[in-house]
Amino acid sequence: MINALPPAVILIIGGLLIPLFKGRTRQALLLLLPVVSFINLLQLPHGSLWVYPFLGDQIVLARVDKLSLIFGYIFHLVAFLSALYALHVKDSVQNVAGTVYAGAAIGAVFAGDMFTLFAFWEMLTISATFLILARRTERALSAGFRYFMVHVAGGLCLLAGIIMHVSQTGSAAFDLIGLGTTASWLIFIGIGVNCAWPFLHPWLTDSYPEATITGTIFLSAFTTKTAIYALARAFPGTEELIFIGGAMAAFPIFYAVIENDLRRVLAYSLINQVGFMVVGIGIGTALSINGAVAHAFNDLLFKGLLFMTMGAVMYRTGKINATDLGGLYKSMPWTCGFCIVGAASISAFPLFSGFVSKSMVMEAAALGDMRWLWFVLLFASAGVFHHAGIKIPFFAFFSHDSGIRCKEAPPHMLLAMGISAVLCILIGSFPQYLYSLLPYATDYQPYSISHVLSQSQLLVFSALAFTLLLLAGIYPAEIRSVNVDADWFYRKGGRQIYRFCKWAFNGINDWADRVFVQQFTKLLAQFFEEPGSNLQKHGYRLLVEATGIDDHQEQVIEQIDRRSRSAAYPVGVGVLLAVMLLALVSLLLYLR
Amino acid sequence: MSKHPISTDEELAIFDKPKNVKRVLYSLYTCVFLLLAVDLFYNKHGIFTWESSFAFYSVYGFVACVILVIIAKYVLRPLVMRKEDYYND
Repeated sequence: MINALPPAVILIIGGLLIPLFKGRTRQALLLLLPVVSFINLLQLPHGSLWVYPFLGDQIVLARVDKLSLIFGYIFHLVAFLSALYALHVKDSVQNVAGTVYAGAAIGAVFAGDMFTLFAFWEMLTISATFLILARRTERALSAGFRYFMVHVAGGLCLLAGIIMHVSQTGSAAFDLIGLGTTASWLIFIGIGVNCAWPFLHPWLTDSYPEATITGTIFLSAFTTKTAIYALARAFPGTEELIFIGGAMAAFPIFYAVIENDLRRVLAYSLINQVGFMVVGIGIGTALSINGAVAHAFNDLLFKGLLFMTMGAVMYRTGKINATDLGGLYKSMPWTCGFCIVGAASISAFPLFSGFVSKSMVMEAAALGDMRWLWFVLLFASAGVFHHAGIKIPFFAFFSHDSGIRCKEAPPHMLLAMGISAVLCILIGSFPQYLYSLLPYATDYQPYSISHVLSQSQLLVFSALAFTLLLLAGIYPAEIRSVNVDADWFYRKGGRQIYRFCKWAFNGINDWADRVFVQQFTKLLAQFFEEPGSNLQKHGYRLLVEATGIDDHQEQVIEQIDRRSRSAAYPVGVGVLLAVMLLALVSLLLYLR
Repeated sequence: MSKHPISTDEELAIFDKPKNVKRVLYSLYTCVFLLLAVDLFYNKHGIFTWESSFAFYSVYGFVACVILVIIAKYVLRPLVMRKEDYYND
């Protein structure tokens, strides 16, 4: 047996112990945990490890192969960088949630069976929710609550699929599933919620910009990339993913152009980048899967970097809307420089990391002769430069001078951003190291003259378009506003359902209250006040109607009332009626 | 009046001088021109036939961004934009 621990254990257990430490010890622990966990990971041999019997099947705590390892490596790296960036945070909730969240993601990508996967999947949801709630504003509380509800629903969908799949196939192993059965569809959609597919996506753009400054760095990394891993493992080559991914790459860029909150712009561009990965998995060739995984690797770094720079701006200025920012290159030159590196990477400039991975997906689409898809992806490539590559740095650091003068970001933030930026350039310039980690062997060459030239033309002319539109005053001015998205259905639609239910069920309730509680019981009470005389009076009236003889009816009623007042009818009449009722009930019971 | 009045004693930063902004713009236009010029002399290889035609990527990049902005501004924004307190009623 090996002298190591299961991959997620160190971060999760260590994360839970964090509140026991204070000050510098805690800071050291936060930084050391990912490092120690990474060294532990390096000790693991390939294969299925920590296999235990469970409910007649088996759970596999670690399945180590090239696909899980590359996600494991990058998750550790990002966990370390995020912890470094968040070093100033003394809030125990965030310290614990961030570390456990990273650990859960690592546990999920190494899970060899579906039960383990599901356990870590839910742990992701819970820890992520705390990273949102920790902002402690009213908006964050409600966004966190919505985040939790959506992910619980997605998790239940996944669980239902897993249970059906296990009972149908008799195996809980988490391997290639492929679409077909109802069970596989439920698993597919369950993963799709975390992957932010169109219409399932608004939890992302809703909650990430509401989380804490450092929480968003963690959030942007793990949930969607874990879902990408799960898709690459279980659904490679599923044609539906090509359409889903194409839609994901294209539609968010329109929203990103008109969005004012710069962290929300990045959230939309996160969906756009995940779209490229989903397409890569959907195409399903060795090149495209490599491209999807490589792009996930790079995206974790450059998207993290971009969120870090915007977080630094927010940390120093307290503002994040494009309308409030501008001219910060004077106060925060380093952050500005790192932001430009991140922007160049996400836009896939030659020598930056996006270039060496996005092109793999594009080429795989072209090789499969998927023309429309290729045009959509090319459009998305130009668009991502437009909104993430230019808009983010331009409106935050240049544009009109907002007059804000602040300090440069604190050293630990600069260091985290600096390491990310250097890695983005290193990977972009020397991609062979990244390629050697990919699940399939590859001799892909991103740097051909044609490719560099065509990508430069695409980007420079996008920049030209931005410049000319801005100078001509056509570029949409940033406006303080909310842009409704698919979350309208549960944020507004939910209220309509609530109102309908209030109207329908409260209506039934009111009617029942009126009829049964107030009128019917009142009648019964009146009747049983004087049961004997009431019976006689009603009987007499029936008799009068039946026979038509109507002599001195008034007098007879008067007589009955008088007898009743002088208590001539015994109490026994009421008792007799009750006994008759009981007899009837027993008779009914007996007959049955 | 802005909440953060810009101090006039402050030294002018690099892009406060219109000359420097112009320089950036002119270097962009130079890049545009150079990339088009290179395209005339170098025949790009692509998987699709249209990739090697003159200025395909340039035109596509430019047109894509213009369409993106036009649709976002004139179609999407009127459809989806609401007041900031839209969800808070």
